[in-house]
Amino acid sequence: MWKWLHPYAKSEKAFELCARLLPWLSISAIVILATGTLWGLMFAPADYQQGDSFRIIYIHVPSAILSMGVYSAMAVAALVGLVWQLRTATMAVAAIAPVGAVLTFIALFTGAAWGKPMWGTWWVWDARLTSELILLFLYLGVMALYQSFDDKQQGGKAAGVMALVGVVNLPIIHFSVEWWNTLHQGATITKFGKPSIAPEMLWPLLLCILGLALASAALSVYRFQSELMRREIHRPWVQAQARKEHSDAV
Amino acid sequence: MKAALGALLGRELALAFRQKGELLQPLVFFILVISLFPLGVGPGPQTLQKIGPGVIWVAVLLASLLGMERLFRDDFNDGWLEQMSLSAVPLTLVVLIKVMAHWLTCVLPLLLISPLLALFLHLTADMYKALLMTLILGTPLLSLVGATGVALTTGLQRGGVLLSLLLLPLFIPLLIFATSAVDAAALQLSYNGQLAIIAALLLLALALTPFATAYALRVVQG
Repeated sequence: MWKWLHPYAKSEKAFELCARLLPWLSISAIVILATGTLWGLMFAPADYQQGDSFRIIYIHVPSAILSMGVYSAMAVAALVGLVWQLRTATMAVAAIAPVGAVLTFIALFTGAAWGKPMWGTWWVWDARLTSELILLFLYLGVMALYQSFDDKQQGGKAAGVMALVGVVNLPIIHFSVEWWNTLHQGATITKFGKPSIAPEMLWPLLLCILGLALASAALSVYRFQSELMRREIHRPWVQAQARKEHSDAV
Repeated sequence: MKAALGALLGRELALAFRQKGELLQPLVFFILVISLFPLGVGPGPQTLQKIGPGVIWVAVLLASLLGMERLFRDDFNDGWLEQMSLSAVPLTLVVLIKVMAHWLTCVLPLLLISPLLALFLHLTADMYKALLMTLILGTPLLSLVGATGVALTTGLQRGGVLLSLLLLPLFIPLLIFATSAVDAAALQLSYNGQLAIIAALLLLALALTPFATAYALRVVQG
């Protein structure tokens, strides 16, 4: 695997890989996300208790799952960056963090909008809500730390350390708030065996999760490309790339 | 090596005691924040007793953040830290000594003044005992984890607000367990479980954070 990976430590190779991946990721993300969302919002049966308002699940659950998934992706990039001192990995940390922060915000926002009709309140200090809020703060911390360095190479490494400190703390935070207070319903689809959701509601949900995962990947890859170009602006390959894109546009 | 570390501790303490103004700041801040709460929420003993442990812990968090900011700042600016990272003494041990000195000079006074504040907030003797235990176990954890955050923001302009953004979310578990221990003590329940968890977190931090802090210091030195 190392042999396969190490060329991508070079920024030019990483950029080429991204350029190859991006169309596939974005097209499949758009198709799957559109199918899943339309199916969920228009054709899936209404819930017998919550009526149509349960349909926000097709946005809330995927973004909540991915807010954590994206954090782990960021932490893996940070670990790779620290262990093998790869410049491209620390750039990936910086590229991924805002995507995760937006997903976390979407999860919190849709959760509040869902909580109002169902629980009768926009916000409760429940364990899951609180740990999601803290996750948002951790993302913001990583982003703010990266932004405040003038030397982006240093900033990327520092943000990587912060992402790893966060990843050690996340389980501790999660369990501490869990013991502290809980009102949120248990996990719906991670139970193996028999999920507590009807299959005709489950399928569009799974599609939405997959679609949003692909969309997050596409956005991260796109942001990573911009990050590469911004950080390597003095390299000949970036200038050649910029000239090529300019002539394509004209 | 032992002599070097001892000398280092002596240096840190001497430096701290020669800047008495800076030494007092967190303490005064701590007392002020706590005396604002009775004014803000009303002087009823029941209310104060209920919010007391949380208030004291939040004030400890903020005061130690305030005192923490300059943990590596001067040493970074005058190049001492760079010399230290070149020396034969491992930077992790240097970090550990600095954190220890910081705890002794900045945090220990907060612990010593805490009986007075417990009186301000009408805590019972049981509650105060639990509070003191959580403070003794919890504040070294604060200093250790805080040092990592401080190291990451050393050398940055306006690192202060950023530091609180980085560190406060990490302190949430400590706050939860500490206040729940005091609440349990208020109900005459056993709070050994909470203390054990805080102690476990402290040991984890003691094992991991010196390395993270030393690495962060190397990163900010470029």
